Amino acid sequence: MPQTELSRESRAAAPPRTSAFFGFIAFAALIAAQVFSILTSPAEADMGHLQKIMYVHVPAAWMAFISFFVVLVFSVRYLWKKRENDDLLAASAAEVGATFTGLTLMLGMIWGRPAWGVWWVWDARLTSTLVLFLIFVGYLALRAFVDDAEQRARWSAAVGAIGAINVPIVYMSVKWWRTLHQPQSSPSTLDPAYTMGLRLNAIALLLVTIYFIRKRYEIARLERAVEHLAEAAAMGGK
Amino acid sequence: MSWEDDWRRVRAIAKKDLTTELRAKAGFNGVASLAVTILILLGLALGPDADALRNAAVGAVWLATLFSGVLAFNRSFQVELESGALEPLLLYPGPRWTIFAGKLLANLIFVSLMVAIVTVAGIVLFGIAIPPRWPTILLVIALGVAGLVVLGTFYASMASRSRAREVLLPLLLFPMLVPVLLAATTASKALLGADLMHEAGAWTRLLIGYDLVFLIATFIAFEHVIED
Repeated sequence: MPQTELSRESRAAAPPRTSAFFGFIAFAALIAAQVFSILTSPAEADMGHLQKIMYVHVPAAWMAFISFFVVLVFSVRYLWKKRENDDLLAASAAEVGATFTGLTLMLGMIWGRPAWGVWWVWDARLTSTLVLFLIFVGYLALRAFVDDAEQRARWSAAVGAIGAINVPIVYMSVKWWRTLHQPQSSPSTLDPAYTMGLRLNAIALLLVTIYFIRKRYEIARLERAVEHLAEAAAMGGK
Repeated sequence: MSWEDDWRRVRAIAKKDLTTELRAKAGFNGVASLAVTILILLGLALGPDADALRNAAVGAVWLATLFSGVLAFNRSFQVELESGALEPLLLYPGPRWTIFAGKLLANLIFVSLMVAIVTVAGIVLFGIAIPPRWPTILLVIALGVAGLVVLGTFYASMASRSRAREVLLPLLLFPMLVPVLLAATTASKALLGADLMHEAGAWTRLLIGYDLVFLIATFIAFEHVIED
């Protein structure tokens, strides 16, 4: 029966399932960390409760950078070893990273409007985060526009690695561009009353990030398994 | 010996591309006309105040260069793809990077000529007075063009073979060129004035660093991108 043959093959190609329990822990940790930081942190002198945006905004920015570091590592590893799974993992991390970068930018703007009186300033960090976002939007667009899986993997690995090299250069150039014209006051250091909440949220969001990337990777593996099966069926073989 | 062979291959590919361009001319004329048109439209959008135009001149020249350069890079692979000539080209003996280097050389000449026209048009249309330090500005322009052409040629080698190449190339290329745009415009602006903050030197070094980093990175990556 072709039916059983297909199901046996798809079972063999199926990736290990991401544990739902891990996902539950990650989200529970995030909720707990949010509740902890909101309850324990005092209203900030200048910003009041507006400061609490920091508990998502700052960890989200860190997770974005971690995700893009994963993209860099697995892109280079793909170019080196040519293993399909490395490409899928890099792509999953890029999607999660782009999402967190978008979240960071949105929250930053929501915070900036009442705190600075404007939605956007052309500051080094803001601008380079936006450029980083655009670089990885390009990476994801490339993946969407290339049909051949092997070609898509090679190309996006090259684009991912070269895009990641550019991140520090972009940051440096925007910083010079700003500081040479309008000196920016240095960011004030964080009061100890807020650091614990920030750390806990960072750890919780890290768990969520790992869960997202794993889950996305699992889906990508399944999609590839389906494509392999369709190819095999089209060839008339098993 | 081997280096001479490689150099011959690079020259042969560049010569082939430029000869195709020279015989047809339509490509260069179209791209250069578009660049000047963009410059005129920017002048209309930002003018007619003469001071405002002079302030915006450098940025306008670079934007016109970027927007029309994108078309040039896609062209450099498109002609071969349409006639199915890329595969035979890859079958020739010799290292693959020579193909990239040849295309790079041809695009460098193509875009440099275009930039020369755009710069002259910018000087005329936006009323720029030529400053005493113009040779340094030429160096900045050359370095900026080099960065544009290196990444443009590299990304075009992929984008031109994908669906939706017209959208994909600028989407990939423009965010990557942010440092080039900032360095080239800021340094040129500083050199057009008195460069009171002595920033032109730092920007020029950044451009040199950028060009070197991506020249090496794209040469390494091209072997992976072109293989079939």
